Amino acid sequence: MKRTISVVLENRFGAFNRISTLFSGKGFNLHSITIGETEVPGISRMTLVTTGEDKVFDQIVKQLNRLIDTIKVVDLSKEHAVARELALITVHYKKGNRSEITELCRLFEGKVVDINNKTLMFEITGPSDKIDAAINSLAPYGIKEMARSGAIALKRGEQERQLATKQLINHS
Amino acid sequence: MPSHLIGKDAFQEADIVGITRPITKHNFLVRDVKDLAMTIKMAFYLASTGKPGPVLVDIPKDIIANKCAFEYPETVEMRGYKPNYHGHSSQIKKAAEKLRNAKRPVLYVGGGVIMSGGTKELALLAKENNLPVTMTLQGLGAFPGTDDLSLGMLGMHGTYWANMAVNNCDVLVSLGARFDDRVTGKVDKFAVDAYKIHVDIDPAAIDKNVVVDLPIVGDVKHVIAELAAEMSSAPHINDWWDQINAWKDECPMDYEDNDGLLRTEMVIEKLSERTKGEAVIVTDVGQHQMWTAQYYKYAHPRSNLTSGGLGTMGFSVPAAIGAYFARPDQPIISISGDGGFQMNIQELITAAAYKLPIKFIIINNSFLGMVRQWQELFHAEKFSFTDLSASNPDFVKVAEAMGCVAYATDDPKEIDNMFDKAFAVTDRPVVLEFKVVKENMVFPMVPAGGALSDMMVKRLNPKLM
Ligand SMILES: Cc1ncc(C[n+]2csc(CCOP(=O)(O)OP(=O)(O)O)c2C)c(N)n1
Repeated sequence: MKRTISVVLENRFGAFNRISTLFSGKGFNLHSITIGETEVPGISRMTLVTTGEDKVFDQIVKQLNRLIDTIKVVDLSKEHAVARELALITVHYKKGNRSEITELCRLFEGKVVDINNKTLMFEITGPSDKIDAAINSLAPYGIKEMARSGAIALKRGEQERQLATKQLINHS
Repeated sequence: MPSHLIGKDAFQEADIVGITRPITKHNFLVRDVKDLAMTIKMAFYLASTGKPGPVLVDIPKDIIANKCAFEYPETVEMRGYKPNYHGHSSQIKKAAEKLRNAKRPVLYVGGGVIMSGGTKELALLAKENNLPVTMTLQGLGAFPGTDDLSLGMLGMHGTYWANMAVNNCDVLVSLGARFDDRVTGKVDKFAVDAYKIHVDIDPAAIDKNVVVDLPIVGDVKHVIAELAAEMSSAPHINDWWDQINAWKDECPMDYEDNDGLLRTEMVIEKLSERTKGEAVIVTDVGQHQMWTAQYYKYAHPRSNLTSGGLGTMGFSVPAAIGAYFARPDQPIISISGDGGFQMNIQELITAAAYKLPIKFIIINNSFLGMVRQWQELFHAEKFSFTDLSASNPDFVKVAEAMGCVAYATDDPKEIDNMFDKAFAVTDRPVVLEFKVVKENMVFPMVPAGGALSDMMVKRLNPKLM
């Protein structure tokens, strides 16, 4: 089962490397990893998608917590969370099927971001399974190239329990 | 290397921060001399608190040479690092209740008890409640090996009775130990009936190897003290002690000693009798290490230095030099095999240069003994590349050439005399070479991956003796 973990960490030299080294060193699966800044300077948020049995997953969370640069680890699989991926997909078109393809793309709320006389590039965002479905639907037309981001995710708002990164830091 | 050359494949450049990342607790690259004081402060703080561990600080050459006003911070604050020293009191109460009502309890003690300085607390808990204590390799010294409550070491080369006790206990209390595979053997057959309590400062140690019933995350010294305080009554375990003693009679630690041949066990026993635990014993890796663990009766914490989990040969000789500078008041005794001794033999020169009265014992069986043992037991007696008899140097000559006093013997009757001569020397290192039986093996033994109950107590092919 895929699990999503959100890690709030110090934006220090080597912090990212430390996490990827942890995954390779311990033999944990890593499906995707994304990292970016947060609303607090000096603090990054990393979203990891991994697969593994409960016991392994429990170790992953503990080992992430153990790293010195890690401020907070949240298992988003246990929470109500919003997870999104972004994909850029370049598809071949022929004279007759351009509007068919763009129509299909619209079903997935995609946008055309580039076009030339042979190919169309779409931008599609959404949860992982929606991106999968879009790719599957576009595949028969011939995908020339594709780039897909890992997931980024945040816990959904709860009236009281929702903590901003700033508060997380004070609480940890 | 100066910082501006980092990443240029410059002369002697190696990504030391990258290389050491998986083998340190944490590491730092200092990029501005203004950060140096704080980094050093953080490094010592991290290395010595929580679960202690090595911290590496990489300081480029220009940063060492640069100047700035020196201000050493009084305190450090790290958002991501807050070790938890105090165990949950309701968990500790529950542990005490389980232990009070236990019929077959065992305390399983690791090096964490020594690192936390909790050996007095351990002695109190064990003695007031008459509890059996077994120790890991790194735990030896946490509780006196001569005490009646000590079962000795457990695990792969542990005593039969310690392993039987652990495997048949109803409450197992792990104190500062990590359920290492050399201790547990096959995990799904390890102490299956026991209610397992795991005290560790590292939350990631909990359920890592063995799933436990009651985790207590905290400094083991504090937790043991609180646990002892909660023990309003001792468990009734006379029957359990009878059973343990029966196992002890069934399979005691003994060895062949009347054929006139010199054996490692004799050397270690004599050393133990002679020093009575008042020495720092620094072993290398291999058979001699296991025999020392089995036959040396450690009396004090930090008197047992050995490369345990990593098992790096070559450890003993330099580590003994370090031990001398930490404990110049104590006899320092290094014990190595003939293989491992040669891995850092050059450090004899350092010991001689500083006139250190260290006793370096070589247990020379002319083999990479521990590997030979596995070859005999598990690899169809294919003794490839472990016979050193043709290549070993004359250790006495080498030691003398390096400025040490050196003696050798192959006679069991000479052991005392060797020690007399060695302890008479106080201004130089002494090398004692004991030429022991070549093909001796360490028993009992739990085969790798086997259950503790599958212990082998004797050699299978006596022809090889
Ligand atoms: C640096 C290093 N190389 C290899 C090994 C594998 N190894 C473990 S025990 C052993 C044999 C040790 O032989 P010796 O030093 O003669 O000691 P003995 O077992 O005979 O007491 C070897 C090669 C190791 N642990 N460390």
